[in-house]
Amino acid sequence: MDRPAIIRKTAADLRLPPNLADYAATRAAFSWDAVRAELAGLPGGRLNIAHETVERHAVGPLRDKAAFRFLGAHDTRDITYGELSRLTNRFANVLKSLGVGKGERLFLLSGRIPELYVTVLGSFKNGTVVSPLFSAFGPEPIATRIKLGEGAVLVTTELLYERKVAKIRGELPTLRHVLLVGEEGRATNVPGTLDLATLMAQASDEFDIVPTGPEDLSLLHFTSGTTGTPKGAMHVHGAVATHWATGKYALDLHAEDIYWCTADPGWVTGTSYGIIAPLLHGVTSIVDEADFDAERWYRILDEQKVSVWYTAPTAIRMLMKAGAEIAKKHSYPALRFVASVGEPLNPEAVWWGKEVLGLPIHDNWWQTETGGIMIANTPAFDIKPGSMGRPLPGIEAAIVKKESDGKVSPVDTADTEGELALKRGWPSMLRGYLHNEERYRKCFAGEWYLTGDLAKRDADGYFWFVGRADDVIKSAGHLIGPFEVESALMEHPAVAEAGVIGKPDEMVGEVVKAFVSLKKGFEACEALRMELLGHARKKLGAAVAPKEIDFLPSLPRTRSGKIMRRLLKARELGLPEGDTSTLEGGA
Amino acid sequence: MEEQELRAVVIATLKTIAPEVEDGDLRADRPLRNQVDLDSMDWLNFLIGLHEKLKVEIPEADYAKLVTLGDVLDYLQKKLK
Repeated sequence: MDRPAIIRKTAADLRLPPNLADYAATRAAFSWDAVRAELAGLPGGRLNIAHETVERHAVGPLRDKAAFRFLGAHDTRDITYGELSRLTNRFANVLKSLGVGKGERLFLLSGRIPELYVTVLGSFKNGTVVSPLFSAFGPEPIATRIKLGEGAVLVTTELLYERKVAKIRGELPTLRHVLLVGEEGRATNVPGTLDLATLMAQASDEFDIVPTGPEDLSLLHFTSGTTGTPKGAMHVHGAVATHWATGKYALDLHAEDIYWCTADPGWVTGTSYGIIAPLLHGVTSIVDEADFDAERWYRILDEQKVSVWYTAPTAIRMLMKAGAEIAKKHSYPALRFVASVGEPLNPEAVWWGKEVLGLPIHDNWWQTETGGIMIANTPAFDIKPGSMGRPLPGIEAAIVKKESDGKVSPVDTADTEGELALKRGWPSMLRGYLHNEERYRKCFAGEWYLTGDLAKRDADGYFWFVGRADDVIKSAGHLIGPFEVESALMEHPAVAEAGVIGKPDEMVGEVVKAFVSLKKGFEACEALRMELLGHARKKLGAAVAPKEIDFLPSLPRTRSGKIMRRLLKARELGLPEGDTSTLEGGA
Repeated sequence: MEEQELRAVVIATLKTIAPEVEDGDLRADRPLRNQVDLDSMDWLNFLIGLHEKLKVEIPEADYAKLVTLGDVLDYLQKKLK
């Protein structure tokens, strides 16, 4: 279908006055200090995310308003701001009674159940740093991250503990306590663990927030690079200033909104925008505990009267695949703004929103390291489908080119490809990678934070994603480090070498594809392929393991011995192989 | 198709996506995705695989009914009759 390159917005597209109405004027007048002044704060210049998100509402007019509505398998449970305050106080007391202190790390491994949200916010109250893990991780990614983060506490479910953690518990000496959530509310009785519900019942629901400042750590989010172990991006309590401002400008949250962020809190979107930003704005958030299902999702949008919806390209493409008939069984009169993040949203998906939901989808861009939305399409402005939008107030973005002396300089010519960079200093910027100062330093060149994404900026100031500057794989919006996958494959006795790439896929962006060569005495066959697939899945989990494995006699390497993933990818896609001058043997 | 035979086909299909599955460990009355690590793409491929092997139409609107192994077996049994 022939569609215009721009979706023009008119006043008729806006059901509420937009928070960002005059782009240039708001940017010009913007200051982070003014945003910080809008936060409640605590005496003595202290700041705590739990105070901003929960406590200040719990003592005010929002006390009896639902903060969350959990849609479980069998029932629906509302938790009000007042109740959330008491529950998170209890959890903070549980941590205190276990001797878990400020700055220690708590890991979380669970689905989207109420206990997860109480754990995150209760930990903030105790000054404990939270590191969420994705529940589809296998034992190996879980162990790697808990070890790197020196986790003192793990909160998980009985089921996940037995399936994924029990067998690696011995490798985790820093882990002093494991707190379990039983199935369907039943108390747990697993050796070496404690039952969370029992501890919660014994704890007081009064707690004084441990003194934290804006620069104290709040969250540790692991992300993947091309080489080596995952990186633990450290975030601080002061990041709430960004969450407040972006909730206002990028998501256009208004007090009366019913908001649904479909992201799992195992990833940064699910914490920044599934927990923190909506609570800051005092809205009611829908949390669906179930996995994706097209019919269910349309029903939720309809029945829960969702007004602002933040989702991901993979989910949108799965809805598109399910067909418009299912969508038409429902209506969405309450829905007024739809946003998406994770990977570039293809123009067809932007238009699909307009045609099926009655609203175009607004893509935005950010990453684990930025802590919050940086570049966005917002309600009042025209959309160029396929573009990530324009930098938000308080954010300066540029396309930069590296100079010969290692410095970078912004490229002013429109439509020039280069690395996307952000002027450092926004409140939710990472403060470091845990125990890895060198990698952190490499993210910066002078005043610029280098994102690792290649992009272009057009003459109207809209940014367009081009690709990754490295070999990191982006699948269903999540970064997967090829090295972590290759290492797991190499642990199999038949594997001599492994190279892992992202293979383009219509649904999820890229799927993980592995190439392996075998040791002498092993023969490539379907049974071995299945064995390797099972091996990788058991170690890595469904979210990280390859979906495809191919055998090769040998893998292309550089003369210095590095596997040339770029070449594997070019061959897989039938593309020109590019510069192969560093290829070993020149083959 | 006999119940045992159908179960074998379903498990074999599941194993093409998740070869690590051990038949004996699966409980038919519990959500399958609580017992086997299947992301959305795996789940979709599993249902597509069943459709291809058994020549049974599984419309998207029915996906929500298929939660446990028992659900899947009952659903397919009815469709095959």
